[in-house]
Amino acid sequence: MAMIRVLSLILSVLSTVTLLWTQSGECNNGRRSGDAVDTDFSGFSVPLEHSFEVDDVPRFRLRGALQFRGGRENGVYLSQNQLSEKDRNTLKDVAAVDGLYRIRVPRVSLQMDRQTERQSEGYLTTFVRACSLVESHLSDVITLHTDVSGYVIGVSIVTIPGSCRGIEVEDEVDLEVFNTTVSVVSPVTAPPPETAPYIERMEQEMEKKGKNPQEQKSFFAKYWMYIVPLVLFLMMSGAQDQSGGGAGGGAANGGGR
Amino acid sequence: MPGWLFGSLTAEHCGSCSSAAMAWLVVRLAISVSLLYTASAVFEDQVGKFDWRQQFIGKVRFALFDTQSQASKKLLVATDKNVFASLNSRTGDLFWRHVDKTGPEGHIDTLLMYGQDAVVVVGNGRLLRSWETTVGGLKWETVLDTGSFQAAALVGVQDHVKYVAVLKKSSISLHDLSSGSQIWVENLPDSDTVQYQTIYSGGNGLVFVLGVVPNSHIVIVEYKIEDGEIMNKKSVEAAWMSSLETSCTIISSGILLCADQITQSLYTLPLQSAEQTEMRQIHLQTLDLEVASGFQPVLTSTQPNPAQPPLSEFFLQLSPDHHILLQLKDNLIAPLRDFNPSYLAAFATSGERTVAAVMSPKNDTACSINLFSADTGRRHLDTTIIYHMDPNGGKPNRLYVHAFLKKDDSVGYRVMVQTEDLTLTFLQQPGRVVWMREEALADVVTMEMVDLPFTGTQAELEGEFGKKADGLLPMVLKRLSSQFILLQAWLAHLWKLFYDARKPRSSVKNEITIDTLSRDEFNLQKMMVMVTASGKLFGIDSKSGTILWKQYLENIQPNSVFKLIVQRTTAHFPHPPQCTLLIKDKDTGLGSLYVFNPIFGKKSQIGVPALPRPILQTLLLPVIDQDYAKVLLLIDDQYKVTAFPSTKNVLQQLQDTASSIFFYLVDSSQGKLSGFRLRKDLSTELIWEVVIPAEVQKIVAVKGKRANEHVHSQGRVMGDRSVLYKYLNPNLLAVITESTDTHQERSFVGIFLIDGVTGRIVHEAVQRKARGPVHFVHSENWVVYVYWNSKFRRNEFSVLELFEGAELYNSTVFSSLDRPHPPQVLQQSYIFPAPISTLEATLTEKGITSRHLLVGLPSGNILSLPKMFLDPRRPEVVSEQSREENLIPYAPEMPIREEWFINYNQTVSRVRGIYTAPSGLESTCLVVAYGLDIYQTRVFPSKQFDVLKDDYDYVLISSVLFGLFFATMISKRLAEVKLLNRAWR
Repeated sequence: MAMIRVLSLILSVLSTVTLLWTQSGECNNGRRSGDAVDTDFSGFSVPLEHSFEVDDVPRFRLRGALQFRGGRENGVYLSQNQLSEKDRNTLKDVAAVDGLYRIRVPRVSLQMDRQTERQSEGYLTTFVRACSLVESHLSDVITLHTDVSGYVIGVSIVTIPGSCRGIEVEDEVDLEVFNTTVSVVSPVTAPPPETAPYIERMEQEMEKKGKNPQEQKSFFAKYWMYIVPLVLFLMMSGAQDQSGGGAGGGAANGGGR
Repeated sequence: MPGWLFGSLTAEHCGSCSSAAMAWLVVRLAISVSLLYTASAVFEDQVGKFDWRQQFIGKVRFALFDTQSQASKKLLVATDKNVFASLNSRTGDLFWRHVDKTGPEGHIDTLLMYGQDAVVVVGNGRLLRSWETTVGGLKWETVLDTGSFQAAALVGVQDHVKYVAVLKKSSISLHDLSSGSQIWVENLPDSDTVQYQTIYSGGNGLVFVLGVVPNSHIVIVEYKIEDGEIMNKKSVEAAWMSSLETSCTIISSGILLCADQITQSLYTLPLQSAEQTEMRQIHLQTLDLEVASGFQPVLTSTQPNPAQPPLSEFFLQLSPDHHILLQLKDNLIAPLRDFNPSYLAAFATSGERTVAAVMSPKNDTACSINLFSADTGRRHLDTTIIYHMDPNGGKPNRLYVHAFLKKDDSVGYRVMVQTEDLTLTFLQQPGRVVWMREEALADVVTMEMVDLPFTGTQAELEGEFGKKADGLLPMVLKRLSSQFILLQAWLAHLWKLFYDARKPRSSVKNEITIDTLSRDEFNLQKMMVMVTASGKLFGIDSKSGTILWKQYLENIQPNSVFKLIVQRTTAHFPHPPQCTLLIKDKDTGLGSLYVFNPIFGKKSQIGVPALPRPILQTLLLPVIDQDYAKVLLLIDDQYKVTAFPSTKNVLQQLQDTASSIFFYLVDSSQGKLSGFRLRKDLSTELIWEVVIPAEVQKIVAVKGKRANEHVHSQGRVMGDRSVLYKYLNPNLLAVITESTDTHQERSFVGIFLIDGVTGRIVHEAVQRKARGPVHFVHSENWVVYVYWNSKFRRNEFSVLELFEGAELYNSTVFSSLDRPHPPQVLQQSYIFPAPISTLEATLTEKGITSRHLLVGLPSGNILSLPKMFLDPRRPEVVSEQSREENLIPYAPEMPIREEWFINYNQTVSRVRGIYTAPSGLESTCLVVAYGLDIYQTRVFPSKQFDVLKDDYDYVLISSVLFGLFFATMISKRLAEVKLLNRAWR
């Protein structure tokens, strides 16, 4: 299925906010990312709702509950019921008209210390094509994404396999039980420029160089007659290459991609 | 480079390995040498060959002609872009230009000129500077006391101007004109209640400071020039007055003259007289005059020499197009001449003679400017200048006059007219335009490059395919005729080449006009369509920088947002190309469409849809209507979709493809990103939602990929000959956030890669101890962003690359709905040793050429940084495989090499954006950098591998070829003879 590419640019919102970072953080009362990991969760659960309708108007029903427990973020599992016969039929009907299977979770914080303000208004929704859910025999992967402070910011669902080939699912049993993998993903820390290892490596090399200066010196003393003509040759050929349309160099650079 | 070149050698230490080390060294050298030659610097003889720069100044706020000597060509200008410059009044070129800081810090408050010195007050009275006007050197600079700036004036004593007085909100200071040293500074009395606004000196040893208490009274304070002693202070009743600046001026020997619209009167008050304690009222009725209702009358006087009192003649503007020249004589005001209608009026002085120039409408398209003597109001004969108004331009709104004495002692003059669309036109008698500057181009907002159309013959040939078939024989005949036309054109071209070859080089240069525009062989010449903040559109030839068309859109709000969309390119002859400009008011969000032909600049006759609701999002679909125009979808705040064009054909197509049309909206105030799908009835449904809490981080930018981007290779070949496939998701959005907490330890920049169709967060990363401004480029399978490291106080680059892995999930087509496995994300960061203004990536036709990043630096240079340096696979430790792959070993600092500056010394002031476009040559990418200046060039990221260089030695290669050919012939012959001889033996 060829996707129509989403192009765009919101004209109004983008430029207005560029200055906003200058406002000092008034409402960020020490929510540091480190806290998110260390806080321990008492078990609490969040409802997971789904909707699949032939007329494609979302009517969300409870699918199961996401149970969070333990101190770690991956301590999440989903307890869910079987699909009823009616639901199975609806799902197959929706799949037949290429409708959507939607899920939603409330916007919550997975952090213990903000239990009171855990629930904020609104839901996070996403969808998958109903046919791919049917064809994968209800095997889906649900991922909850959190921000640095442990708020759930997005949910995604994919089925494995994800394609719709129009295969008829005959066996009703295949559509009874969800085979779901749930996980919580928090942002990874982007690497800063790695100066320390680099400097360390340089120092080590310097040290080695310092240890046996004789050898170092002798290496160049030994090979200077090879190195100098080579360098000269490369320079010359390079220079010629530069002035000569540079077909070779161009190909070499092109190949670097 | 020697750092890693020799540093890494010690990794091998056994003597027997030295030959391997040797080979390694060679490889390293080869890499370093090849790196050296990726440099895109130009040769000296290439300067200006395919690049050009234009320098601008912005909207003129002050303009002064140098009247000291008759031969002077200097015109000093200070503009709203905080630029102070000197123009050559004969050519319009810049003599010199000083670009100050942006914003209020560099704001030029006033410009005064005396002799060779120009005195400028900068930054709301922060600095007082004196410039030498010939070369533009700074003579002196003084830091002024704090306080907001009100006025400044030159102060003369005994016919010599020696001082400059600066009036601030609560103090006045006097400075020496030759050294800038402060003579004295005095606090103003009662400055908390009185608004001091005007300063006046008539050369009699006194400085008058005038203040007003709105709707109550005027305060006049007299200072002695020598020591700043207050000589006199008085207050005069003026209950009708709210501001001195707008309603008053000083004429004659120190007489304050004010005009009031409500009482329809003029008021006079001698500044120095002790006995007169209230203003004398003169009803305009007694002069048979009346101010137009709702118009604040404007008084204009002139003080030709700061050391002498002003003239007693003045202009009174009664309505937008009615001026009158009046004279104060013996305490009586008498009209000298009534100018009705008249748009603009200005005084000018040359030597001892002061004249007044008045611009009056002549007919619908032209104005006439005439010269009158100021003291009598008599018209000078033969002084008419006809000013033709540009039908695509704005109305004139400023008039600057340069008067000079001719040899016969009569007064000649030239004028500079500034219009609403920021065009500066310099005219001389009888209406010859000496030069023109389009200062709107100092503020380019957005631009596109459009291919030029084919020539007539090419188009004829193309048109043959477009038309409906009408039988075999006519088709053959048509083909033959068009071939014949082509042959004819070719012969004509040859003849022209031959003819031109005999002429000297310089005379061959042919002018580019809108009629001779045609696409060149390699599509290197394009039309640059530029949209400026003032609402003026320009069509500029990319090869020469010539403005080919311009169009001023009136009634554009100053804070509008523009989005330029190319709906139909030139490829669909005979349909003209079509561009659509969406103009959106930033406050209300209401938008309007302006459709035009980008080649000729003409407004299209196509009906545009009315947009009654604020527009949130626009979407250009690859769906085309029967006229080959791409469909533009506009989404309003009720999530209703308007299609443009909205013909039946289009609506049908939209219905068919509705289920695969997705779009997203961003609400940064709530941190909400939401995805929608189009329904068959052109309504929309919400399908996904991602909310990034705005209390923690703010969305600052969202970028997708460019629609016209091609990726040639699906993967990267690794050192072990396996392939690492790229994750090429065309629907991927890069979302950048900044933390609301700005503490240097806690601030962070967030990077989210979100699929625009499913709302799936593909990758989520946090750059700690970082803050904005963030510049980033999203292309192919990578995102490069620049941020400020608040801990180490430096700029850093970070690159993210996404790979699918060693196997493709579905190699034929990419679908966001069917790509279940998340990509592998690699990331690496580097230190960049310079601040950054803007960032863009090169773009080529087929995407075979390696990519470079174009980095606009605040210094005005544009750095072409090979993407090779921003590769997260750069290894820490060099291995056999990484060498095989040509990976550069990791070094934390990004190099900046002078030869990577693509604009050598042609710096672009305040570069704000870089636009890249592919050309017909795969090796070549067209680049336009814009800011205060505009710079256009070509870059060759992988060098010109598909072009023979300019000085390619054809003679040598052909002589070698011929030589070889003959040598072969001769040796063949010789061999035959030899064989024959041997056979005989």
